[in-house]
Amino acid sequence: MQYRHQIALVRTLRHLFGAAMVLFLLAPLAAVVPLSFSAGSFLSYPLPGLSLRWYETVFLDGPWLATLKNSLIVGVVATIAATVLGTLAAYAFARRDLPMPTAVLGFLIAPMIVPPVISGLGMYFLLAWLGLTSTMAGVIVAHTVLAAPFVLITVTATLQGFDMSLLRAAASLGASPTRAFLTIVVPVITPGIVAGALFAFMTSFDEVVVTLFLAGPAQRTLPLKMFEGLRDNIEPSILAMATFLMVIAAMTLIVSVMLMKKNTRNLGGRPGGTMAETGE
Amino acid sequence: MAVAVAHGAEAAELRRAWHRSGQRRRLVSLLLVAPLFLYVLLTFMLPIGLVLYRAFENPELIEAFPETASTLSGWDGGEGLPPDPVFATFARELADAPKRATAEAARRLNYEISGFRTLISSSARKIDSIEPAEPSAMRDALIELDARWGEPAYWHAMKRATPSYTPYYILAAVDLRQDDRGDVVQAPEDQRTYVDILLRTLRIAAVVTLVCLLLGFPLANLMANASGPFAVVLMIAVMLPFWTSLLARTSAWIVLLQKEGLVNSLLAWLGLIQAPLELIFNTTGLYIVMVHMMLPFMVLPLYATMKGIPPHFMKASASLGAHPLRGFLHVYLPMTLPGVGAGALLTFIVTVGYYITPSLVASASDQMVGYFIAFFANTTINWGMASALGMVLLACVVVLYLIAARMVGIRQLAGLK
Repeated sequence: MQYRHQIALVRTLRHLFGAAMVLFLLAPLAAVVPLSFSAGSFLSYPLPGLSLRWYETVFLDGPWLATLKNSLIVGVVATIAATVLGTLAAYAFARRDLPMPTAVLGFLIAPMIVPPVISGLGMYFLLAWLGLTSTMAGVIVAHTVLAAPFVLITVTATLQGFDMSLLRAAASLGASPTRAFLTIVVPVITPGIVAGALFAFMTSFDEVVVTLFLAGPAQRTLPLKMFEGLRDNIEPSILAMATFLMVIAAMTLIVSVMLMKKNTRNLGGRPGGTMAETGE
Repeated sequence: MAVAVAHGAEAAELRRAWHRSGQRRRLVSLLLVAPLFLYVLLTFMLPIGLVLYRAFENPELIEAFPETASTLSGWDGGEGLPPDPVFATFARELADAPKRATAEAARRLNYEISGFRTLISSSARKIDSIEPAEPSAMRDALIELDARWGEPAYWHAMKRATPSYTPYYILAAVDLRQDDRGDVVQAPEDQRTYVDILLRTLRIAAVVTLVCLLLGFPLANLMANASGPFAVVLMIAVMLPFWTSLLARTSAWIVLLQKEGLVNSLLAWLGLIQAPLELIFNTTGLYIVMVHMMLPFMVLPLYATMKGIPPHFMKASASLGAHPLRGFLHVYLPMTLPGVGAGALLTFIVTVGYYITPSLVASASDQMVGYFIAFFANTTINWGMASALGMVLLACVVVLYLIAARMVGIRQLAGLK
């Protein structure tokens, strides 16, 4: 082979490039972890000593915990609502008899395309009109519509690998459509639904911009508090929270990978499509 | 097969039954999609409609001075001052209008001519000293109060601000305005800012997209062909930042890039720099952090596409004697184009609307349209301007979304094959 040297060179360069990209993508995240255990309040190395004082600030102090609680309430309720709405719609797409399916899909995923600063402004107008600004209900309503497209996409991807003739088999054996849905479709696509719900929760849990428009002091969520902290003066307690959020992200990632694997197994080895995207 | 063997009346009956069951099936599908459809319509599309409405709504003057508004609309807006009854009606309404409504109207008029706010508020304070009189006397009295009431420009501005709906905000959002004759002209040179901001937003999005493509293409290619632990590490490197909170990532970069941050310390320790580099709170910081945020949006669609390209295509091209470079350009690259399109458009659309990260890591002169929408909405409470800029940004995104839908398809854009 006349190209052998070139090929070897290209291969080495590719691996070096890959290592550089891994460094670029992961090093920033890794660099803050030790700082969050610092005994001092400066954000630079070397550390004056190790302590858990910033974790105590974050997890034993009122303000941070109150925002974490708000984020969990909003996230859980919005996730449940988005999962129900998104799964039903995804099933409708899988039945393949919707009129203008592409246009309808384009309409339903618009909330993840439109910049959140515009959605937030409009939702503020709507909720002000209804008298729902600065209420938990208002924030939940908004987070639900932002999260639903992620469920729709993830479950639709799962259903792409689902053999719809199983439903005809159920019908021929006398099962009602509802019964067939609950006993055949749901068990098979449950990993997909849970993965979609996970996406929905993370979307809500990380949402800042729309919440900034809608929440009052009593509805402040965790990202909102982090945003305000970063705007004013960054201190190690924010890094402790950032580290905590990275651990959550890592766990979610592991769970979602496991779900996707299980999903592929459930569908007899057919892959269901790629993971959905997530916005600001 | 039953349809094929049935004849006559039986066949017709069967066809009707088939049709009926198809209709019922379709109805069920519609009922399944309806809840989400209605929810998106009411809690998402309706708010967007309200933004559009607010970009044109113009209620302030009608609320504060309703009769002045209607008499002004009767004025032809020609050279010179409006007829005397306009002055009389305005003087009466200025004295009677509630303080709050007057303040709103003054604020609205100040958008038209800077200084109008103080003209209204000082006149409103002194108006009670004027005795009611003949219309022509009222005109002289107002001009006596403040000479500016004798300048036609202020009355033209007031006439422009009276209709229920105004093109003012949307024109201002692209540096245009209406002159005293009602013609659309460019704003004075020193007041043209928004076109620059829009162009800057598009430029930042274009650069971020290009850098992400240049880094993301080889990375996705590496991921699609890697195996073993290296493949896992690459996948984690792309997915972990993607799942990590945006603010956690932003805070990480601030800590890393600041003056006494890790990057500067490392470079100084290596002896590469004498004084710390300015790496954040400027354009450099914006690009570094935005590329980090956006890279997964580019890599994931590319990876999905490349994973679907059978490896034997390249082997076939090599076995036919093509140089690997030629094989790459003529065989591999064309097959990755759907992924390139989806990744690039997605990256561009998301970047154009970004606001939180730039507001934390870039300087004031690097802010994008989203920042100014939030600024007008939350700081100056100018809903009209916030909405109009929102509409300009939305127009950009919708155009891109339609291009994306046409070129790569909604399903590909959404990550469904």
